Amino acid sequence: MTHEEKKELELFAVDMREDILRSTTAAGSGHPGGSLSATDYLAYLYNKEINVDPKNPKKTDRDRFVLSKGHAAPALYSVLARKGFFPVEDLINLRKKNCYLQGHPSINHTPGIDMSTGSLGQGISAACGMAKGSKVLGLNINVYALLGDGEMAEGEVWEAVAFAAHYKLENLCIAVDVNGLQIDGKTSDVMNSEPLDKRFEAFGCKVIRINGHNFDEIENAFKFFHENKKGTQPTVILMNTIKGKGVSFMENEVGWHGKAAKPAECEKAIAELEIARKNILGC
Amino acid sequence: MADVKKIATRDSYGATLVELGRIDKNIVVLDADLAGSTKSGMFGKEFPDRFFNCGIAEQNMIGVAAGLATMGLIPFVSTFAMFAACRPYEQIRNSVGYPHLNVKICASHGGISVGADGASHQCCEDFALMRTIPKMLVMCPSDDIEARQMVKAVHKYDGPCYIRFARSATPVYHDENYKFEIGKGEVVVDGADVAIIATGIVLPEAVKAAEILNSKGISARVINMGTIKPLDEELVIKAAKECGKIVTVEEHTIFGGLGEAVCGVLSENFPVPVKRIGINDVFGFSADADELMKHFGLCADNIADTTENFVKN
Repeated sequence: MTHEEKKELELFAVDMREDILRSTTAAGSGHPGGSLSATDYLAYLYNKEINVDPKNPKKTDRDRFVLSKGHAAPALYSVLARKGFFPVEDLINLRKKNCYLQGHPSINHTPGIDMSTGSLGQGISAACGMAKGSKVLGLNINVYALLGDGEMAEGEVWEAVAFAAHYKLENLCIAVDVNGLQIDGKTSDVMNSEPLDKRFEAFGCKVIRINGHNFDEIENAFKFFHENKKGTQPTVILMNTIKGKGVSFMENEVGWHGKAAKPAECEKAIAELEIARKNILGC
Repeated sequence: MADVKKIATRDSYGATLVELGRIDKNIVVLDADLAGSTKSGMFGKEFPDRFFNCGIAEQNMIGVAAGLATMGLIPFVSTFAMFAACRPYEQIRNSVGYPHLNVKICASHGGISVGADGASHQCCEDFALMRTIPKMLVMCPSDDIEARQMVKAVHKYDGPCYIRFARSATPVYHDENYKFEIGKGEVVVDGADVAIIATGIVLPEAVKAAEILNSKGISARVINMGTIKPLDEELVIKAAKECGKIVTVEEHTIFGGLGEAVCGVLSENFPVPVKRIGINDVFGFSADADELMKHFGLCADNIADTTENFVKN
């Protein structure tokens, strides 16, 4: 990745963060914290990694993405809109009556959504089905899934990980947004999920742990996935992230899990993003 | 009907899956370590590359099936009814029902006739649970012939379906000329004093009950309701208008199954007295299937007695 490419990604992510804040504030609800922690992964995935076509969102041989932590829908909607799946102006109608942007992703409402999610633990199972299905159909595609670390408490996740390893789904790339917080507090206090690397390895996955806000490390993690694809094991990317990343008063604050910023708070946050934007541009 | 051939509808399911698997390469079959019992293993034996044992992990199995369906494949998912409908209910609701995916949930060992395994395995709640999911088809075949046709019908249908098959071998009631249609009931015996609406393997018992009632001067119509949802409302209303009283018979709790579906239709369209025969707010217990069917009032004699009292009072 060149310096310029990295700069572009950083600017793209700032735009996404602004979308997340504006859309959830306009909705008066939603999940900014876990959307902001997942932003950099999604920015990279949709700009550099995944093979999808906004003009043909149902193309058979496209790669698939499943947002198993479906509450980060505002981040996914932002990246899909900015890649041309639907107008960016529509993001402001998130969660409103008659809008196709549901509170959690819905396959039958929104272009570019490959699976309806929101009930935690379920998306990864569907991703396993897609990865297995692509083999049955002889398609050479990749399936990406993003989970949360709070979601690791769902038993279904581990049923699915066992399935992925058992059926040698090397075409499955599972990312975990390890922001360390869930609704009721620190994940380590509510229901500890660590050591995630050892748990996934014990189930038969190839695991890499990265800083989920560093584009070089994200790029490296996907290289690791493509290298692993020569073998038979699914790949897991554990991303250490910061909940509420990019907004000083939201970072690492559990209260911003499922609460939208009030209009004045939103403006304050966007002013911070403006500074970040200028810093990236070096002006 | 003692001389009639007996076949378990789960065997009909397994055989039909193999038949369909030969003509449609998009069919994939999943099971959760019960492939020998559900008969999905028959498909697995012939098409090992399209059969996925998911282990004892039903919630994931439903989700995997959902993912396979998004790829354009046609997954048939099997395990016992308790673990097909009850345990992964929320996965079916959110990962299959809400996205309206083409997943066929084909459960065996439904109802009280599971027998000696006892209440933990006697699933009498599946119709109720599955009925609540928007646009989910809910079906239960009365015999081998209907079961085979039902499997072929859901294969052609694009959307989520639930079918309950039985463990026990039961009489083959229909002949080869029978034509099953999704959402259509069938008048198997005509009558004018009362209509007995039955679903599943209790149908032959209902027919025998009608014979007993006939000998007592009561003319009972018997309707086979293979599809519980969408219910054949027209046929139910017609029966209410022409017979005036309705009895429903099902191997299911009286809450939320065929009986309440019939009550719902009638109370809004043509209210008549309805007697629901089913499991009445209790769990089952270990015993032979026949003993259980008798205990819970699902045999011909019981059905005839209950209907006679209902008609006379």
